[in-house]
Formats: sequence, structure tokens, C-alpha cells
Amino acid sequence: MSPRAASTAASGDVVVMVGTMKGAFFFRGERTRKKWRIDGPHFPGFAIYALMYDARGGKNRMFAAANNSFIGSSLRVSDDFGKTWTEPEQYPIKFPESSGRALKQIWQITPGRADEPDVIYCGVEPAALFESRDGGENWKPVEGLLNHEHQPKWQPGAGGLCLHTIVVDPKNKQRMLIAISAAGNYRTDDGGKTWRARNVGVRAQFLPDKHPEFGQCVHKVVHHPNNPQRLFLQNHWGLYRSDDWGDSWQDVANGVPSDFGFAMQMHPHDIESVYIVPIESDYFRCTPEAKLRVYRTSNAGKSWEPLTKGLPQKDAYETILRDAMGADSLKPAGIYFGTRSGKLFGSSDEGESWTEMADGLPPIVCVKTAVLNA
Amino acid sequence: MIRVELPKALNCQVDGRTTLEIAGGISTVRDAFAELGRRSPGALDRVMDEQGHLRQHVNVFLNTESIRFLNGLDTPVPDGATILILTAISGG
Repeated sequence: MSPRAASTAASGDVVVMVGTMKGAFFFRGERTRKKWRIDGPHFPGFAIYALMYDARGGKNRMFAAANNSFIGSSLRVSDDFGKTWTEPEQYPIKFPESSGRALKQIWQITPGRADEPDVIYCGVEPAALFESRDGGENWKPVEGLLNHEHQPKWQPGAGGLCLHTIVVDPKNKQRMLIAISAAGNYRTDDGGKTWRARNVGVRAQFLPDKHPEFGQCVHKVVHHPNNPQRLFLQNHWGLYRSDDWGDSWQDVANGVPSDFGFAMQMHPHDIESVYIVPIESDYFRCTPEAKLRVYRTSNAGKSWEPLTKGLPQKDAYETILRDAMGADSLKPAGIYFGTRSGKLFGSSDEGESWTEMADGLPPIVCVKTAVLNA
Repeated sequence: MIRVELPKALNCQVDGRTTLEIAGGISTVRDAFAELGRRSPGALDRVMDEQGHLRQHVNVFLNTESIRFLNGLDTPVPDGATILILTAISGG
């Protein structure tokens, strides 16, 4: 695939932003989402684990975490839909020297609340949370987490000791939950000054104590902003729901072929609906029975149904990673996911049917979406 | 005077050039990196992390010998030497 120039953006265009191990690719379509134009690779040779589109405050800004094993990890910004990207002279996200830690990778970029258009958060490896209050120019680590008393005992998962999930309370500016592999969930109720482990009920299958205070390998947590206290969690073995902002968790793996998995996506409009892609096991990290099946609950985890129309149901040994699933905000919602084998699938009818949008991309690690303001 | 050759592949430059000449005051490879950071903090970011460690896939040679087999960043640098920063053979 040859690099192509960024396309002209139009208001209402849908962009599926795909981060791969070798660069980012943008798939742009009209609201019908029947045809897609691809542009990329952006940042060829860089692993793009995190992407974000930010429309707050009238912006049309794209953020990309570009990581290269030679020169490290930096945050890049585009205000023209990817035609040009900033390249900061100095890297904007750095640990303080006193911490003894050095940035390995940016794993997540998350916007702050709608009425705080200049607030952005980044989750990084080694596990820490960084905050910018000026639209991404300047960054500081959140000290309460950086210096948490548990921090010296946090252990990395297979992907590294990463803070990969940031769940912001849209109503309460003091509250936020983050997830770390393999430390579990932590929540602040005082704007980041203090953080408490929030893992009661979440199993740590790989530890002698299966229910420790912390040390769980949480893979993803999602919620709906209209019902923020209800969280859904895909664990390293285990599928859970919390109705109290993570104070307690209940097993909701009802009718799935495996409760191991990585990716999890909230429905953009329905507070009861969540999508996952079960993986067979942590030893054999492929789709069960070689069938590529998205599972959806429409009743907050009481039951799950397979969604397979258009997806390969034979010889499909696929892996879908924790950030490789996204949803657009249209009605009906579009759902998208990418595989480690470089296939990108999309549904414009909320998962009822799927089409293959691309094959042969580098391994996909991140799928995010945007409906453009332009 | 010593010379520091920067890796072209890493977009690592000082004043648009990939060669840095340092007139004096350099005793070790570490000193040379400190001077690189003074002249171009961004270039230093691309070869060294914020704790002062060389990035994993960056190799440094004093003339033709890897500093890994000498004394690392504390390797003495004689006058007239060239410090060569190269990307390692890695990745897939």
C-alpha cells in the first residue's frame, strides 16, 4: 500500500483512525459508511498505540502517540485532519528526574470533560497518568498516583506495566478511574490527590491470592457517560460489571465462549449494551474455535449474543487487542475492530452485520473514531 | 576538538546539521552527550531518555569501538576522536 495524501474533510464525515505497529491509517467515509477512502501510513515505522480526535471547544484536532523503539515516544498533533503533524522539538511527556522512571510508551489519550476543552489525560508506561490543562502543550504527572504507596509493588503484564484506561466522570470533576496492567483499578474522588484500589470481586487468576487488594490484570474498562457509575470490565480472565463506580464488581460472563479477552466497547447510545471479542485463553490468544465472533450484551451483562454475519467462522485464528475496538456516534451506531493480523472490520448497523474494510495492514493495536466537525 | 556524528535516520540534528563539533572541555562520552543536550535538547531526547540512559536501540561508538565494550558513558574521549551514534540492528 502506498502512502496517500489526506483527503478533504467534510462536516459529518466519519473517520476510523487505526493505529498499527507500523503507523496510522485513517479510513474516511460519509454517514452511510458504505465506502471508505484510506489515507496513510502516517508516521511510517512508528507504533501508534493511542489516537484521539478532539472536537471540544470547536476544535478539529487529532492526537497521536507515536512510539519508535529507536527514539522513544512522543505526542503529535494535527489540526488539518492529518495532512500535517506537529513534531515537538522536545518531548512533551517526561517523568521527573526524581521519580527514577523514564517514559517508555504512551498507551492512552483521553479528553477531559466537555466543559474543560483544554484538559487532556495520557496513560503511559511505566504506569502513570499525565495531565495537560492547556490543550496538550504542557504536561505534568498526577502526583498522587505517581507516588502511590502501592506503586513499588506493581508488576507488568505481558504488554508491560501500562496505564491503558482512563474513565472520567462527566459529572463529578473530582472523580476518575484508571486501570493498570497488572495493578488493577484505582479511583480518585478528590481530583487526583489520592487514589484507592477498586478491585473487590475482580479475580487475579495468576496470583496465589486470587482476590488481592491490587495486582489484577485489568484489560479494559468502559462506561456510558449517561450512567457513569456503571462500569464494565474485561479482565485477564473475567468479565465484570460494577454499579457503584468500582466499589464492588460482579461476574457477568453469562454465555460467552471464554471470559478471557482484551477489547471492550460501550454502545454510544444504549447504556445497557456492550461489545467484546472473547479470546480462547492466555496461552492461546486467539478467537475460540477459530471463529471470529463479536459478543454483545443488550441487558448489562445478563446475557451475551454472538454477532457473526460477515465475519469468518472458519480458520479465523485472530487476536483483538485492548484498544482495537471503537464505535462512532451516529444512529445506528458504527462498530469497528482490528486484528493483530491486520484486518479491519466495520458494522454500520450496530454489529448486526460486518464488512471487511481492510486486510494486510500491519498489526492493529488501536481503533478510534471521529465524526468530524468541519 | 571532537566530533559527534548524529543518526540521520532519527531526525536528530543540531542547527540543521548531523555533525556536532565540540572545541574542548570534553573528558568522557557522557560530557559529549551533555553538550549535545545544551545545544539541542530535542536531539538529546531522541537518543537518551529523561533519566540519562541511552535509548534501548541506540548504539554509540568511540571511533570504531562500541562504548558497550569500553566503559559506557564514562569512556574517556581523547582529542580528535569521533563519537558515532547509530541505530542498532533490531525490530521486525
